[in-house]
Parts: sequence; structure tokens; C-alpha cells
Amino acid sequence: MEIVLALAIGILTGSGVWLLLRPRTFQVIIGLALLSYAVNLFILSMGRLRVDAPPIIRKGVPVDPAAFVDPVPQALVLTAIVISFATTALMLVVLLASRGLTNTDHVDGEESQQ
Amino acid sequence: MTGWLHHLIVLPIVLPMVASAIMLLLSDRFRQGIALGTTALLVAIAAALLMQTMAAGEPWVGSYRLGNWAAPFGIVLVVDRLSAMMLMLTSVLGFTALLYALARWDRAGPRFHVLFLLLLMGLNGAFLTGDIFNLFVFFEIFLAASYGLVLHGSGQERVSAGFHYISINVATSLLFLIGVSMLYGVTGTLNMADLAVRIPNVPPEDVTLLESGASILGIAFLVKAGTWPLGLWLPRTYAAAAPPVAAMFAIMSKVGIYIILRLSMLLFGDEAGMAASFANDWLLIGGMATIAFGTVGILSANTLTGIAGHYILVSSGTLLAAIGTGSERVLAGALFYLVSSTLAISAFYLVVELVQRGSAGEEAVSEPVFEDEYVGAHAVEEDNEIGVAIPATLAIIGGGFAFCALLLSGLPPLSGFIAKFAIIDGLLAQRQTVAPQTWLLIFLILGAGFAALIATMRAGIDMIWTPEDVKTPALDIVEAVPIAILLTICLSLMLWAGPVMSFMEATVSNLDDRAVYSGAVLPEPPAESARP
Repeated sequence: MEIVLALAIGILTGSGVWLLLRPRTFQVIIGLALLSYAVNLFILSMGRLRVDAPPIIRKGVPVDPAAFVDPVPQALVLTAIVISFATTALMLVVLLASRGLTNTDHVDGEESQQ
Repeated sequence: MTGWLHHLIVLPIVLPMVASAIMLLLSDRFRQGIALGTTALLVAIAAALLMQTMAAGEPWVGSYRLGNWAAPFGIVLVVDRLSAMMLMLTSVLGFTALLYALARWDRAGPRFHVLFLLLLMGLNGAFLTGDIFNLFVFFEIFLAASYGLVLHGSGQERVSAGFHYISINVATSLLFLIGVSMLYGVTGTLNMADLAVRIPNVPPEDVTLLESGASILGIAFLVKAGTWPLGLWLPRTYAAAAPPVAAMFAIMSKVGIYIILRLSMLLFGDEAGMAASFANDWLLIGGMATIAFGTVGILSANTLTGIAGHYILVSSGTLLAAIGTGSERVLAGALFYLVSSTLAISAFYLVVELVQRGSAGEEAVSEPVFEDEYVGAHAVEEDNEIGVAIPATLAIIGGGFAFCALLLSGLPPLSGFIAKFAIIDGLLAQRQTVAPQTWLLIFLILGAGFAALIATMRAGIDMIWTPEDVKTPALDIVEAVPIAILLTICLSLMLWAGPVMSFMEATVSNLDDRAVYSGAVLPEPPAESARP
């Protein structure tokens, strides 16, 4: 379980950073999206890994903290997902505007001379 | 604080939120009035909070439970002298920048007022919150609003600079999240006061993880503050933004500084055990490198907005280095410098726009990209019925420019000089023998002021005092008043430097008093909540 999660975070981060450093606007946006998935998994792992344990206690039942998973990281991930979703949408609009104004999808608005 | 007065703490967040929500429902005609009224009210609220923190003779910290959950579990808002002071600064800048924008810039694109109020809401929230994840949420709120404001007015340069700005900030937010979750993983809490209680008890094997988490978090704030080499995006973005927006953005780099100051005093102060002051040397070095870079940038900038942008770097660098020294007297001077330099930069952006309007002429500001886009009513040059044009325009602009130049370069007798004097005085009083890096810092601070003087003088001679084909710009009274307000505040900072300085000293000693902060936020002595 740990190794799967660690590999997933590592691969997503690696691909994300690589794409982030590419010169095309769309690649940058996809890179940021991949990075945000990696970060969300990382946040989840900071609440300690646990399978088959619910994050929400049930009303009226005696509570044994050992039987539950930490709910705070899950709440944090939820917030982070919403925010990164919104900023990705905004960035797509800026991408289109930039494409419309400059006729290129280079991040600097002009092709680099090589 | 009892009764309804208690709810004053939450108003700086709720008021702009409600006002911007109402604005979306009403027609455009009411927006200017609502926005101006809201920002004026925010100034009044911030003043009331500031009075309250000052009225209590001893260190006073007010807390407000959102949703009425007890502190480590629910989110709290906390107001002390530092946050009240930052609130005051934000609302004054908000009021003046908005007033300035009402003359013409708010019509350069859609939904300016709504975004502006949301920016204020996010900033106020970031200054008030006592929870690091909630801080992230408020950061995202004001960043999202700032993305919209950077693009305000459209045009190729803004869209291109805006794309860089958004990418960098989204990536930075991810670092923020990693840092927050690492702190949570080590300590098991997100509440700042609770963190302050728990960090001294972190077991030795976890201290490295804690420090890494805090450093990653710190990098996120250093990017916002524009520290070298993380702040290369800042001058270009600020130069591309519409002038009133740039004037408001002058406070945004200070949010990063504020958080670094808050967290390093609260979490990593002297009592923090093994992790105490672990980052101070880095802050000092980073701050000095930032001042050096900003100084070179000021000298090499060929536009006035370039000078202003690099001056923001210098000011961030000075503040970071002051935090890095960890001395109370230096910090008190640094807070004075923070207020004075932020006001001066904000005024400078506004004056610069007037100067450039006179010399460079109009450029096409809005170009539609999408078919259904609202094309800015920027061509409303002639139907400026809000203000009356005032005579002797050039003299007023020139005077304002000279005033700003004096403030930025820190020449006597204005407040910029007093602030730098206080910092250097604190640095020299630090120890019996002054360390070499302290001399270097003093040299850099003075050198940056000198560079600002050279650059502003050169630009001023070029653009104002040797007018070749300068057409006198049309100056509205609405545009002159905000600049006058900002400069008057700087003037009063100079006239009442004594009381202001003692307020700053009290603020710093308040910051040093972690027990008061934790006591006000946490419901009872936190013995049972502290983990071994």
C-alpha cells in the first residue's frame, strides 16, 4: 500500500514538473493539474494510511478513535480539489485569450528564436 | 469585548463578501457607490479594531470563533496589534486605490468592483485567521481575485504576464499545501496557537520533518514576498497590471512578509525547543540578496513602473532581513518601514500613471478576445463627469512625484528616513561589536535608498522637469485626492513618529508574548491537548 502510494505521488510529481517546464501553455496547465493530484495524495498520506476505516463517526454509537481514519486530511483534500479545479478552469480561459491575442501557444507569447 | 462589538472581528471578511454578492444582482449604476461605501466602512472598522487593541494597555488578543466551535477544532479569527495594523493598512490602500480607479480605470473591463472587494476580503481574512489551512483558503480567495484584476483591461502584455503570474502562484499554492500537511502530519493540529503549544514538545526524531515542512511552507510565502531568486515574476506582473490594481498589489507582497513574521515569532520563537529560529539565517541571507537584486533592478529599470516593481523587492528584502536578525528593536523599525514603504509605493504607482499619461499618450488598453466580451469603455475620455479638472496639474504631479521619490529613497525628513534610521539604529544596538553581515546589511539598505534616489531623479528629469512635447495630462480631483491621502498619511507618520514608533515597539513585544496569544485562542490551559 505504502509503495503504491509513494510511486503514484512520485510519478505524478515527476510528470507534472516536467510538463510545467515545457514551453506550451497547455502542457503547463496539464502539468499543474498532475502536480495537484500528487499533492492531494500527499495530504492524504499525512493523515497516516489506513484501509477499511470510515472517517465519520456514527451518532449514538460509542466512539473508539482507533477504529477510524483521520478525517481532517480528507476535508483538506476536498477543499484543495475544489480550489485547483477552479484555478485550472481560469487558466484555460487565460490560455485561450493568450492564444487569441498572440496567435501562438508559447508561454511567452512568441516563439523563441533558435 | 461583549455584545455586538465582539462581531467586529468578523466584519472585515463578511462585509466585502456580502457587498460583492449584492453587487452582482444590481445593475452597473450602483456598483461604484456600493464599492466605495464598503471600502470606507472597512477603513472605519479597521480603525475601531486598531483603537481596541491600543486601548488595552497590556498585550491584548481578541479571538472570534467561527461557528462557535472551541479553538483547536473549529476555526478562529484572531486580532492583535499586528493584524489590526495590517487591516488598517489594507483598508486605507483599498479605499484610495478604489477611489482612484473610479475616475476611469474601473471601466476598462468588466466586474472590477466585485473582484476588488473580493481581493480585500481575502487579504483581510489572511491577516485575521488563526488557522493555517484557513490561511490557505484566504490566500486562494485573494489570489483568485488578483488573477482577475491582473487581467483587468486585457491586452497582450497583461494576458501574457497574467499567465505567468497565475502559473507561478498555482504552483506556489501546491507548495503551501505540502507544507501545511507536513506540519499537520508532525503535530496533528492546524491551529496556530495550538501549534505554538505543541511544537516545543515535538520528539527529536521528528524535528527534521517539522523543519522541512515549515521551510516548504516558508518558500511559498517567500515567492509571494518576491524574495530573490523566487521573485523574478513580480516586477513584470506589477508593471503590466492596471495602475490602481498595482497600487493595491503593493500590500500583497507584504502578506507573505506578515505570515513569515507571524509564524516565525509564534511557532519558532525562543521557546520552540529544538526548532527555535532555525530559518533566521536563511531569511537574513535571502533578504540581503533580495535587496541587492532589487537595487540593481532599480538602477537598470527604464520605466517608472519598473522602478516601482524593483523597489517592492527592496522593501521585501529589507523586511525579511530584519526578521532574520530576530532583534526586537530592528523589528519595530521594520514594521514602521513596512507601513511607510507600502503607502509610498502605492502612491508612487498612482503618480506614475499620471506622469506617463502626460508623456506617453494613450495606448490602446482594451482589445476584445472573445466575441461576447465586454469591451472596456476606456474611450470615455470626454464624459468624465465624476471629477472636475484642476489647474496647475503639472506642478501637483511633479510635487507628488518628488514627495514619493523622497519617501522611497529614505531621505530626511520624511517617514522613509525615520523608518530606515530606526532599523539601522536597532542593528547597531544589537551587540557590543557589530558583526560583518550587519555592516553589509546596513550598506545594502543605504545603497538601495541611494539607487532609488538616482533612478527617480533621472526619470523625473526626463519626464517632468524637461518637458519637450509634454501635453498636460487631464487630472481629475478624484485622482488627486487618493494620492494626497496616501502622502498625508506618510506626512503624519513623520510628524507623530514618536507615538507610532512606541506603538510598533509594543506590537513587537506583543508578538513575543506567545502565552497571551495561545491563552486568548485556546479555551483552557492546553495541558491535556499537548501530546508528549
